[in-house]
Amino acid sequence: MLRYVTKRFLSLCVALVVASAVIFTLVEVVPGDPASFMLGINAQEDTLAALREELGLNGSLLSRYLDWVGGMVRGDFGTSYTYRTDVAGMIADRMQVSLPLALYALALSTLIAFPAGIWAAARRGRVGDVAVMGATQLGLAVPNFWFAMLMVLVFAIKLRWFPAGGFAGWEKGLWPGLKSLTLPAIALALPQAAILTRVMRSALIDALGEDYIRTARAKGLTRGQALRRHALRNALIPVLTIIGMQFSFLLAGAIIIENVFFLPGLGRLVFQSISARDLIVVESVVMLLVFAVIVVNFAVDLAYALVDPRLRTRE
Amino acid sequence: MTYRKFLAASALALIASGAWAKTDIIVGMQLEPPHLDPTSAAAGAIDSVLYSNVFEGLTRFASDGSIVAGLAKSWDISEDGLTYTFHLNEGVKFHDGTDMNAEDVKFSLDRARAADSQNAQKALFAGIASVDVVDPATVKVTLSAPNGAFLFNMAWGDAVIVAPESIENIKQAPVGTGAFKFANWVQGDRIELAKNDGYWGTPAKLDAVTFKFISDPTAAFAAVMAEDVNVFAGFPAPENLAQFGADPRFLVLVGSTEGETILSTNNKMPPFDNVKVREALAHAINRQEIIDGAMFGYGTPIGTHFAPHNPDYVDLAAQSAYDPELSKKLLAEAGFPDGFKTTLKLPPPSYARRGGEIIAAQLRAVGIETEISNLEWAQWLEEVFKGKDYGLTIVSHTEPADINIYARPEYYFQYDSAAFQGLMADLNNATDPAKRSEILKAAQKMIADDYVNGYLFQLAALSVANAKVKGLWTNAPTQATDLTAVYWEE
Repeated sequence: MLRYVTKRFLSLCVALVVASAVIFTLVEVVPGDPASFMLGINAQEDTLAALREELGLNGSLLSRYLDWVGGMVRGDFGTSYTYRTDVAGMIADRMQVSLPLALYALALSTLIAFPAGIWAAARRGRVGDVAVMGATQLGLAVPNFWFAMLMVLVFAIKLRWFPAGGFAGWEKGLWPGLKSLTLPAIALALPQAAILTRVMRSALIDALGEDYIRTARAKGLTRGQALRRHALRNALIPVLTIIGMQFSFLLAGAIIIENVFFLPGLGRLVFQSISARDLIVVESVVMLLVFAVIVVNFAVDLAYALVDPRLRTRE
Repeated sequence: MTYRKFLAASALALIASGAWAKTDIIVGMQLEPPHLDPTSAAAGAIDSVLYSNVFEGLTRFASDGSIVAGLAKSWDISEDGLTYTFHLNEGVKFHDGTDMNAEDVKFSLDRARAADSQNAQKALFAGIASVDVVDPATVKVTLSAPNGAFLFNMAWGDAVIVAPESIENIKQAPVGTGAFKFANWVQGDRIELAKNDGYWGTPAKLDAVTFKFISDPTAAFAAVMAEDVNVFAGFPAPENLAQFGADPRFLVLVGSTEGETILSTNNKMPPFDNVKVREALAHAINRQEIIDGAMFGYGTPIGTHFAPHNPDYVDLAAQSAYDPELSKKLLAEAGFPDGFKTTLKLPPPSYARRGGEIIAAQLRAVGIETEISNLEWAQWLEEVFKGKDYGLTIVSHTEPADINIYARPEYYFQYDSAAFQGLMADLNNATDPAKRSEILKAAQKMIADDYVNGYLFQLAALSVANAKVKGLWTNAPTQATDLTAVYWEE
């Protein structure tokens, strides 16, 4: 087990270093000067020079990269060019929206997918299965931003049950906060739920065809008991992988949904920073997302070992 | 007993159900300010939130675009036009309780024109030779040369008065003298202002203002429809305005801005260095088709770089009327009977992206092929504005009274005319209004005669508001959302 964890941890570190170098290079080679973006078309050369000096844009590429990485290791993400505030603080603020939103959507997706997938697998080939599969096709085909607009039209404009967008803030209480995240979470969750349902169903169907299920049935377990006690646990590995991937995707990939619902989340921060050439914010947020993806994958790897004892003892 | 209780309850309900008018407002806006210092960034969104509401200058723009007294209640101009003595309003306090006096004015102007200044419009202060404090309520500004536009310059958001005590945190916690004070900023979401109870002038009627930032046009539409916002200043989707207009809950405000939307032409790049080619370009453009197609009919055609609502405006649109046959003839005379190819680089706003497609089709009809590329602002500034690597581009010049940019030969459209530069020098030296008006008219005519750029239309100021909200500005003489006189009708 220790060896397994160490190996995973080392590959995590290598991935982080490579990612930081790639992100920094990519962002820095994009054309566009942050100083002239901020000061606009009437700015004078001397004013631009003064600003560039203050932003520290005059150093060499390598020294800026080392400053950035060194700062991050110490927990200092630098200061935003445009907002002129601490990047770490900005990210923390945005996380208050993005993290709950991702968790909310993931919870919804799991809550829909588990029962639906199990139910469909248990009724393989029957009407219920066909209906669930049809619904997942629809869930995959409908773009989530379109579905989001539709929900806004019905639930915000016509029925007035939810706000059309914006975030009430946790300081107003749990319910106002959750209420403003509900429509975006549903919009994000549905396509994910569709994917997860299909994975759950096919993993279960595979497991149900295994010898040990036949043995379990021969021992006298009912079909349902065999499914719950033996097939489900074995089917969890691919499902966990997908859940891990979905969490990182939901954290980073909500840009469009955040725009539709004008939520002050991470995605919107990245979007604004890219157009304002606020390079330091882009780099730090992307790095953080990479970090999240890698850590989630690490956690999923560990979770495999928990679900499947064979992985713990191997090697 | 039950009956009496019922009566009492209904009476209470009646009182509670809005016998008093609302005193708070939520204003939607597309762009969020990057920070809150109007004196060190070009972002119009900063002024849209803070100008006049939180920060004030010596003079200020009124809703009709005229210049009126601000923190200075009056001023004397010396005979030679070189010395301006400003008499400040007394008893003016910053929101942190400190006094606003001549020292603060000197600090603000000196800061803007200093060597390490980060003012985006530093040129506004270039003519100032010295700023002297006469007494706490009087400040004397000496210019190195007469400048007829000086009082106008002092009204810009870039020239507001700030205090040395609060300058350090101005970008996050701005402290001004206005009728509202800054309360809170949730980055990415909203900025809140509160009424300034100690305001020196006419107090604001609203107690609380929230600016909410909604960048997506569809989301903006939904927010107005769901009444999540009471006003949307600068509504980004003109195609939805008809629907709001038909709804009795809303009022659509259509005004004018200082934004001359032009087909900027690289005057140094062949074949545009030939005035005949530029003239051909002007006649190939059908302005109304662009206004209808790109702006859904909102916008006023212009024939020169000047705002139609300005009293000195000369309507020269007829001089470059749509005439594709004439255009082809001019192209042939210039040596391009079969047309030519050029680039058309478009920044993000919809007037440019949608207008660009229409213009490309119109130019194709006279034989000019354009290769369209869509750029982000940062790229546009780098490639087009700084690098001058473009044939044509579309952009709205939103600075007020900015015809003087044509006197800068290094400016991105690279118009280099000694005659025009002479006119602008005369304008700077002229303080007599009649003389200034005459020069401004001549300048408009000169750039129209030289067909420097394709002049398309004046950008409209489009806002949607709850029908009960009164006192909003219809026109946008500067980028501002002045809420100091706004109130809810009962």
